[in-house]
Amino acid sequence: MAAPEIEVNDVEAPAVDPVEGAVAALREKFPDLTDDPRPNYTGLMVPPDQLLAVAGELKNQLGFEYLSSVTGADLIEDDKMEVIYHTYNLEKGGGAVVLKTQVGRSNPEVPSLSNMWEGANFQEREAYDLLGINFEGHPDMRRILMWDGFVGHPLRKDWKEAFWEGDEKPFKSRWPGGEVFRAEERNAFGKNVKYPVDWAFNAESLTDTDDEIYGGLTIQRQQAKTDIRTDNVTVNIGPQHPSTHGVFRMVVTMDGETITDLQPVMGYLHRNHEKIGERNTFLGNIPYTDRLDYLSSMSNNHGYVLAIEKLLGVTPPERAEWIRILMVELTRMVNHLWALGFLLNDIGALQTPMLYLTIERELILDLFEATSGTRMMCNYMRFGGLAYDLPREVRGQEIYKFLDELVLERLPKIMDELDYYISGNEIIRERSIGIGVLTREQAINYSTCGPVLRGSGVKYDVRKAEPYSYYEHLDFDIPTESAGDVYARYWVRVKEMYESLRILRQVLPHLKETDGARTHADDKPAYAIRVPKGGDAYGRVENPKGELGYYVMTKPKGTNPERYHIRAPSFINLTPLGLMSRGDKIADLVVVLGSIDIVLGETDR
Amino acid sequence: MYGIGIVKGLRTTMKHFIRTYTVDWNFSDKLTEENLLERQSLKSAAGIISVNYPDEKLPMPERFRFVPFLVMNDPAPGQKAGDDWCTSCGICAKVCPPQCIWIERGKLPNGRPKPQPEQFYIDIDICMNCGYCSEFCPFDAIKMDHDYELASYDRSSAHIHDKERLSKPISYWRAIAPERAAGEEAIRTAEEEAKAAKKAARGKK
Repeated sequence: MAAPEIEVNDVEAPAVDPVEGAVAALREKFPDLTDDPRPNYTGLMVPPDQLLAVAGELKNQLGFEYLSSVTGADLIEDDKMEVIYHTYNLEKGGGAVVLKTQVGRSNPEVPSLSNMWEGANFQEREAYDLLGINFEGHPDMRRILMWDGFVGHPLRKDWKEAFWEGDEKPFKSRWPGGEVFRAEERNAFGKNVKYPVDWAFNAESLTDTDDEIYGGLTIQRQQAKTDIRTDNVTVNIGPQHPSTHGVFRMVVTMDGETITDLQPVMGYLHRNHEKIGERNTFLGNIPYTDRLDYLSSMSNNHGYVLAIEKLLGVTPPERAEWIRILMVELTRMVNHLWALGFLLNDIGALQTPMLYLTIERELILDLFEATSGTRMMCNYMRFGGLAYDLPREVRGQEIYKFLDELVLERLPKIMDELDYYISGNEIIRERSIGIGVLTREQAINYSTCGPVLRGSGVKYDVRKAEPYSYYEHLDFDIPTESAGDVYARYWVRVKEMYESLRILRQVLPHLKETDGARTHADDKPAYAIRVPKGGDAYGRVENPKGELGYYVMTKPKGTNPERYHIRAPSFINLTPLGLMSRGDKIADLVVVLGSIDIVLGETDR
Repeated sequence: MYGIGIVKGLRTTMKHFIRTYTVDWNFSDKLTEENLLERQSLKSAAGIISVNYPDEKLPMPERFRFVPFLVMNDPAPGQKAGDDWCTSCGICAKVCPPQCIWIERGKLPNGRPKPQPEQFYIDIDICMNCGYCSEFCPFDAIKMDHDYELASYDRSSAHIHDKERLSKPISYWRAIAPERAAGEEAIRTAEEEAKAAKKAARGKK
């Protein structure tokens, strides 16, 4: 199949940048708004008492109806806490209008936006949990990732864990005493907890405030409409349950078999990735990003590398960009093959389709292994390029022959087959159509992203809205479905894989053309990377699971990020889980969860 | 017609079931190590594509990376270890994301630091196999291994690799990654020749 010709530099810039227009309109209405005064920082400084008004104007009048990311930052030197909001225009695309608000560090209180945007709910809880910022008016201000009895807010700069080793890597020595011991001995079970100074164990004081919700099985007597006495039962599903896709817990209240309420509980896999990242060097963070969404490490790398490249001001060479797109789109295939396999598994097509899809996934992983050295923890992208060029051979076959055969023959074949035996299957359709419905308005309001957002009829894809890499030169569509149910999300994923194949077909000739060209901007990549001017940057990519954003703040000549935040699609897509499953049967719950496609490594970070 | 989707599904399953015998048909009784790659190639990988590990193992690609090892010269006959390539410059320890490398630098009799490690430890419990140490080592002295069968009975004693455990001769690296080893060697000889040429030019002046 011949690839379409692509002209580079044929993309027209929009006439008026929607971001600039919105910022000008905001400043006209609210004269107190100022630009972020720090050099190389972007965003509008909003006084806390005007935040609600400004956000309301932005959402209702200016069309920036999508609140993508909410996060905090501890500015310990200024004795301040900062909250950062990224809002986007779904129709016009383009960059973010960034709102920032600063409050005193000793008692940080910021008005909550979660009544305006439901999508802020979990993200504000996370900021409260990790940074101790109080959001006034938040309906459910509890910890979300750390456990309830935890003391302190770990992302604060002055918080140190019990086995604290140093503020910045490289450490002087991991073994300062001079003798070698295993890291596990320092971090032994039971020794990594810090208790308050005057704390003493008292069994009577151990009361669970959430007994009603979390007490395992509780029964409430209640009179139903039909005059029959029924019980509402609360059941915990997880954290150890095969259908929750990891250590994830759902507290479900049911009326008979119908779900009336659901609370997701997460954090079992929490390792404070962001704190690790803030202590790590810029380069050292790349392998850690592999471990976020461990099914799509290549595109995790991509988002992080883009953010740091913005700060460093380097651009990768052409071949590196084409290989990046090849890898990222193959990652999308890998992820969707896996996600669909498990969704079908949850629906009841136990194992069979999943194993058929895994065969092709295995072939792609072999390519990843031959290219980067590892099947899943690829650690392949670098600032300004790639770690290596493509290998000469994969599975004993010449690389381009392998790619041709994979992309042009095997992958389309498996897709057609999947479509043939699954899409029209009556059982699949009955189990998924009309289940877990999320309307267009709800999907936007809950800040969902990726296939969940597009399955609810919103035509939004970061690759089109704010093109990165060479996506602006590639010809592809954004598949959407309007139903907003599980079947729509299934269908969006299938169509997305066809679009990925379309992109890959366009990339292959470019790879052959640029064969042998350099894949890194520098001849000898440096290991001690400093950001000369400092500043902040937000790099976002369309991950297979949705919009993955990296917010990085750094000092001038910084060797490590001051603030490193991840907008995790799996985490934020869980916000509407209760809404989606309400009214459905308990047996459909795992299907709804499977259709969101979460990976706990990313949810809990 | 209602039910046709289920029939289609069963048909596909049947097709796949029959295809699981293709390996047997195509290779009949010749399931040898030699044709493992052929059996696994894109053309014939269908039906059962799994490998009968540990009876047969897929060859590792050259770039495959697992816990690092230290390169040393091939030991002279009768000797246990050759000279280390490592100069204990410490770049690997600095660039290591989980900080699992610890080097003890040796001292010469006159008190000056010896460009060789006295001890070299890697805590493989926390090593994340990222490969940065080998990527940034300026002396090609630390490489990622292909030996992934590291299970041990006692994690408390076996999981800190010391220098003796880590050191492997250069011939081993040439065997597991011939192409990369040759490439590195070419670069090293070119650098040495350039240095020698410079020296010669300086000598003439």
